[in-house]
Amino acid sequence: MMGRTIFIDPGRCIGCQACVSACRECDSHRGKSMIHLDYTEPGMSVASLPSVCMHCEDPVAPCAEVCPADAILVTADGVVQQADTTRCIGCSNCVNACPFGIPKIDLQAKLQMKCNLCYDRTAYGLAPMCATVCPTGALFYGTLEELQAERPGVQVADSFVFGDVVVQTGVAMVVPADKVQWPVPGGLPVVEVNGVDVR
Amino acid sequence: MTATDPIKAASRPVPVSIDPSIAPPGTRNFRDAGGIPADKWHADQNGETLVPTHCCFCGVQCGMYLRVDKGGKVFGVEPRNHDINRMRLCPKGINAYQQVNHPDRLTAPLMRRSRDEEFKECSWDEALDFTVSEIRRIQEAHGNDAFGLLGGASLFSEKTYLVGKFARVALKTKHVDYNGRLCMVSAAGANKLAFGIDRAGNPFSDILLTDCLLIAGSNVGECFPVMTQYLWGARDRGASLIVIDPRETAIARTADIHVALKPGTDSAFFNAVLNVVIAEGLTDEAYIAANTTGWDEVKKTVAEYPPSRSAEICGIPASQIVQVARVFAGAGKAMAWHARGIEHHSQGVENCLSVINLCVATGHIGKPGAGYGTITGQGNGQGGREHGQKSDLLPGGRSITNPEHRQQICQIWGIEESELPGAGTSMMEMVWQMQRREIRGLIGICNNPFVSLPNYAVVKDGYDTAEFHAQFDFFLSETAANAHVVFPVTTWAEDEGVMANAEARVVKHNKAQEPPAGVRTDTWVICELARRLGAGKHFDFPGSREVFEELRVASAGTVNDYYGITYERLDETGGIVWPCPSTEHPGTPRLFEDGRTYHADRKIHMQVVEWHPPMDAYTEEFPLSLTTGRTVAHFLSGNQTRRLGALVEQTPRPWVEVHPSHGFHNGDPVRVVTRRGSEVFPALVTEAIRPDTVFIPYHWPVPTAANALTIDALDPRSKIPEYKVCAARIEAAERVDEVPAPPTAPGHEAYPEAQVSRTDPLPPTSPQGRGTAERS
Ligand code: SF4
Ligand code: SF4
Repeated sequence: MMGRTIFIDPGRCIGCQACVSACRECDSHRGKSMIHLDYTEPGMSVASLPSVCMHCEDPVAPCAEVCPADAILVTADGVVQQADTTRCIGCSNCVNACPFGIPKIDLQAKLQMKCNLCYDRTAYGLAPMCATVCPTGALFYGTLEELQAERPGVQVADSFVFGDVVVQTGVAMVVPADKVQWPVPGGLPVVEVNGVDVR
Repeated sequence: MTATDPIKAASRPVPVSIDPSIAPPGTRNFRDAGGIPADKWHADQNGETLVPTHCCFCGVQCGMYLRVDKGGKVFGVEPRNHDINRMRLCPKGINAYQQVNHPDRLTAPLMRRSRDEEFKECSWDEALDFTVSEIRRIQEAHGNDAFGLLGGASLFSEKTYLVGKFARVALKTKHVDYNGRLCMVSAAGANKLAFGIDRAGNPFSDILLTDCLLIAGSNVGECFPVMTQYLWGARDRGASLIVIDPRETAIARTADIHVALKPGTDSAFFNAVLNVVIAEGLTDEAYIAANTTGWDEVKKTVAEYPPSRSAEICGIPASQIVQVARVFAGAGKAMAWHARGIEHHSQGVENCLSVINLCVATGHIGKPGAGYGTITGQGNGQGGREHGQKSDLLPGGRSITNPEHRQQICQIWGIEESELPGAGTSMMEMVWQMQRREIRGLIGICNNPFVSLPNYAVVKDGYDTAEFHAQFDFFLSETAANAHVVFPVTTWAEDEGVMANAEARVVKHNKAQEPPAGVRTDTWVICELARRLGAGKHFDFPGSREVFEELRVASAGTVNDYYGITYERLDETGGIVWPCPSTEHPGTPRLFEDGRTYHADRKIHMQVVEWHPPMDAYTEEFPLSLTTGRTVAHFLSGNQTRRLGALVEQTPRPWVEVHPSHGFHNGDPVRVVTRRGSEVFPALVTEAIRPDTVFIPYHWPVPTAANALTIDALDPRSKIPEYKVCAARIEAAERVDEVPAPPTAPGHEAYPEAQVSRTDPLPPTSPQGRGTAERS
């Protein structure tokens, strides 16, 4: 895990959408939220889960790879930026390429928009707005060590399996310690915990 | 890192550590952190100023900065690393700043001589003179008590103090009460009876130290979202979580035990839990013997509630009662927090007492990580009643019927004891009195009973019968739209003052911008009315600071002692918990550490609790329980939040939650009928509710008002209405009732354009927020 990143813990999410409101307040894209709140078992449970850009590392950001206009840049510290407005042609290739369903096209502006890890805040040492305000810590910004100091024994996954392809991400997902044999919320199977293959 | 090393895991559990930044309030100096300069008051970032203050909404009272631009206008929010919330905010807090310069703001007094006329903007002099002449006319013809005053628990404590003083000294009426009456008065009554002090026993930070947390009747995730971090923090340390709620809320979903009992059966449940605790020998007899009275009677009563009997009353398996008893009583340290779910009942005080009995009998009280607390709904639900705004209380929580207390306050106020009126009636009773023409004129300050009181038909009739009605507010609420005079007053960001949160921690709100032209502070309006009524010498207050100085003195020596709290100390410490008798005193975050209470005998008075069925009887015609509550995006009557685009978009309208067994599909129009009336809501079909219970969130006005259906039965002691249970039936309907737009003043931009924030609004057609699709 590289330095500070977002950790998502769906077990703590209360579906309050503070993250959505906070994202909307961020100065870099004021008025639009780049977070979606998904309900995992609608009608059966109130379980919810925030979807932020996972900032894929390996293979390097599928959205950036497929962009014909080279509008999506990846910074040296691994942040996959939202499309450069002077280059984006609104073709939707990135939308189709993303395995996590994150980039969206603003149909009126014909521009791609997505979470860029609050680059205007994180570059100055502030946490992204969503992880700052999240009342429950379902979105946590910091290092793995900081997360584990606050939540003893917490385990995280940063790789996800799509058929034959394993995608490794900059953003990580918390996996409940006693439920490691369960799929990662969102339907992605956990492959290995503490070096043990649990498939 | 390669694809063959896909999982990051902690190699072994890290030893439990408590975050040292979550020290109990008052025990360390308040620091700000998080990459923002330490001196916030004049911190300059790109020409903007960050003003440290608190959220105006719920009883958590999260710290926040308001962002103020070069022109002195509030334009945004920035998280603040305050002890209470450590940067966290819920969506209401994040969007709250949008109220301040909202196009719907009232900026001139509105007036009309009869309800048949349209409102016209008028001068302050005209509005004040008309109000004073109406007060005089009504009081001369029908006596002083024919005029009433209803305050609000979103007012700063200074203003609630003024409301109480204004009623008794300037209006000379006994009829003053406040909307906190609809909030936590049952818990207040129970705490007073048991402990002689009316507040939570422990600070939020104690939750992190507990081994077992019991939450009764509180949808913490939606009503007090920022408190969830303490719950999850406790859970991280291995604490077990017990949730008592008829619905599977976000916290119930992950609880170790979720007891989905039938609404209105809480005391039967807690009596049975105590029954099991006794049977299994899990009581703390030494603690009980040393510190309590009344245990033998309590023991005798709970013997009548074996798990089998209560299980039947509550509609739950008896095994759950046994489980809860073992987990709660067997824990090293356990805490119970409750909210409106058990308090909004005709037996609200008894429900709270049954929880207290359980804490006390198990010795889980007065220790770090062990105790009880009430989660206040309104920002100043706690502080709002401490200083004389409640019909039976004088400042400092003194009783208005106690001759000694009366004497003390009259001395401070400089009036004769004979001039001080006696105890008045509660908010709902005042509405009944308006119907009966016993109260003929009313001033309402920052409350919205047209949405927030039960049995809307009665409320509307009461207000319509009143000959004169004036209202203070910064938006035209549904209630203000019915008034003769509306005074445009400041928001929380345009004045300074204190509030007490759910921990009884007094925090200071700071002024972030000047009020818009034409707007005055509530303090100014109250003092000006008093001056015109001839009581000016008692109301010579230039601002909040001067009122607070009198309040400090007026509370000195009482249980609710604020004497040691000063504005300067609040700025320094980030909040002080009362009682705080001297300026050297650190405050009292945790009560009863030495076992002593605030009764004369210093004991805990345990009280006998018998369960009674709810007031509205179930019949074949009305077989279901209707219960109500909040959603995370809206606050109370919605006057403030139903105008903010992001919140409207998040939850545009109410719905009715029904179990799949009723055969409805999502979005089906469902008519909910009670003995008070009927309304049609879209169905939200979910397995997260009991089959015999339906739920409607209550933030909207008629014809989509849960409170058009709820019953105006009151708890005999606290006079809190029984919002949380009434008998109902549901049936298929043709189409759903549309949500009306919030009222606006003449000449103001009309809803909805004015409130669309900065995103495309969704049509208010589908309920959101709890997962709406059907099982596939
Ligand atoms: S703010 Fe946190 S708890 Fe609320 S919806 Fe977002 S992730 Fe979930
Ligand atoms: S409404 Fe309550 S929880 Fe939400 S930000 Fe305001 S004080 Fe905090």
